[in-house]
Amino acid sequence: MSNLPSISNFISRQSFIELDARERAIALFDEGTSRELVGPFDRIESPWLAMQDVTPQEDDGCVVMKGKIGGQAAVVIALEGAFQGGSLGEVSGGKMAAALTLASADNEKGVSTSAVVLLETGGVRLQEANLGEAAIAEIMASILVLRRHAPVICLTAGTVGCFGGMSLAAGLCSYVVMTRESRLGMNGPEVIEQESGVDEFDSKDHALIWAIDGGEQRYATGLADALVEDDIPQIADAIRNLVLKGPPPVYRSSQVELYRSRIAALDTSRQWDPKELRALWSTKDSTEEKQ
Amino acid sequence: MSENAGLRGTVWFRAITGQASSMPGDPKSVLTSDAPLGKEQARFLCVVPDPNARFPGARHGEVGLEEGYTLAARVREIVEQDKGAIKRPIVAIVDAKSQAYGRREETAAIFLACAAAIDAYGSARLAGHPVIALIVGQAISGVPLTHGYQANRILALDDDGVVIHAMHKAAAARITRRSVEELEKLGKKIAPISYDVRDYAKLGLLYKLLHVENPEKPSEQDIRNVQDELVGAVADARRGPVDLRNRLESKEALEMRRATLLVRSKLEAQWLEN
Repeated sequence: MSNLPSISNFISRQSFIELDARERAIALFDEGTSRELVGPFDRIESPWLAMQDVTPQEDDGCVVMKGKIGGQAAVVIALEGAFQGGSLGEVSGGKMAAALTLASADNEKGVSTSAVVLLETGGVRLQEANLGEAAIAEIMASILVLRRHAPVICLTAGTVGCFGGMSLAAGLCSYVVMTRESRLGMNGPEVIEQESGVDEFDSKDHALIWAIDGGEQRYATGLADALVEDDIPQIADAIRNLVLKGPPPVYRSSQVELYRSRIAALDTSRQWDPKELRALWSTKDSTEEKQ
Repeated sequence: MSENAGLRGTVWFRAITGQASSMPGDPKSVLTSDAPLGKEQARFLCVVPDPNARFPGARHGEVGLEEGYTLAARVREIVEQDKGAIKRPIVAIVDAKSQAYGRREETAAIFLACAAAIDAYGSARLAGHPVIALIVGQAISGVPLTHGYQANRILALDDDGVVIHAMHKAAAARITRRSVEELEKLGKKIAPISYDVRDYAKLGLLYKLLHVENPEKPSEQDIRNVQDELVGAVADARRGPVDLRNRLESKEALEMRRATLLVRSKLEAQWLEN
């Protein structure tokens, strides 16, 4: 995966990023096996947005589909980055938490069921603040249960990326899959600039943003398990391989001593060139596997 | 909003545990103590300001890289020690205004440091430890997610200095394109966006809202009352399931989280159709 795509590959690829949440979810399943649950025709929308003069959407920006991946039962939960920045509100967050809990229940009944979460999100929806945050906490609790039974795979393809509280949820997942276009980080560049000043982070410096949060960097520092091209078959393959691989022997978020010692070894007196971290954080200790 | 974030954390930590120090080798920003709670021992944890912290972005009580991994390590230590034994309670005392907003933190993946703490608290709960969060001051943005929300039971002081929210007021107003005054006015009508802990209590996420006479300088009676409430919360947690369903089943949640309950029941019904 280290080679850049050739031009002919680039031209013939089928873009995943250009798909909306629903199309992305369908693309990951074995053909013809998916069905949507609590879709837009069920008309469960946010009860809080209209009160604030924001137009709600009838799936609240969260698509849940059940079907088969690699012949095994799976649920895909996809956030729509084009609706309110993929933010988690009461309904979208509640849908994701409930789907993960139902997948755990199936596993407990003996039906092995994995989950793929497609995170294109800035985190909590501020118009639903504390209920969005509560839902994210419940999503996290559900991931902790489900990942013991079957893989919970985070795919962030871009272009929104995965930020805020949901980046913490990504950190709990069994595996993280990214593209070069995607980003994964807790605090978005604008937030850091606002809170700590432009010297700390210039949110207009796109090269810096991707050097820190981008998929290539997260993969090279062992924080993502697979780096994929923006290509539907390649992404679906990567997801299928991880579904079939089963849970990892150890979760990244459980490797506390490893990461604690890595943090202790950093020189905090200066800012770092993100590339320095690639040399320091060898990937061999983490859960990942090169593809 | 209080400029004294973190002071209350230290005050309450000392009031309940009798001391306020870190464990050997830990950063000074994470207080850990094993102290009596009712008839048993419990582990107490709190993030407090350390003006000399190694990371410049985490010197005012923010939850940063060291804080996340230290919380994780100290929670996991108890889980490890209590394997096959009675599971001691773990109490998170919460008063922190935010996570650390820095370039160093993003580069070194603060998202994973916070996830490590969440993993530790959530795994402790699943292992049968009663995990209790006691919010004595601020709990904003990534703070409650990292240090509090994986608890079986959440308690908060009934006081204007207690603020539980997804983002501090000025930033939330800016991002939702409102003035702070408009945001405050809307909060009176729309409980989930309110900064008032009494509105927060309407959401059904809290086990109890605790009245104290003096939250900045608790009296002996205040301390005894809060300790009794913690003992009660531990007993209640031990009686219940290890998941977070109590936040959906409370009488307030039945009213305020109707949409959550609706989406859950619809999803379950459709999940089973096959």
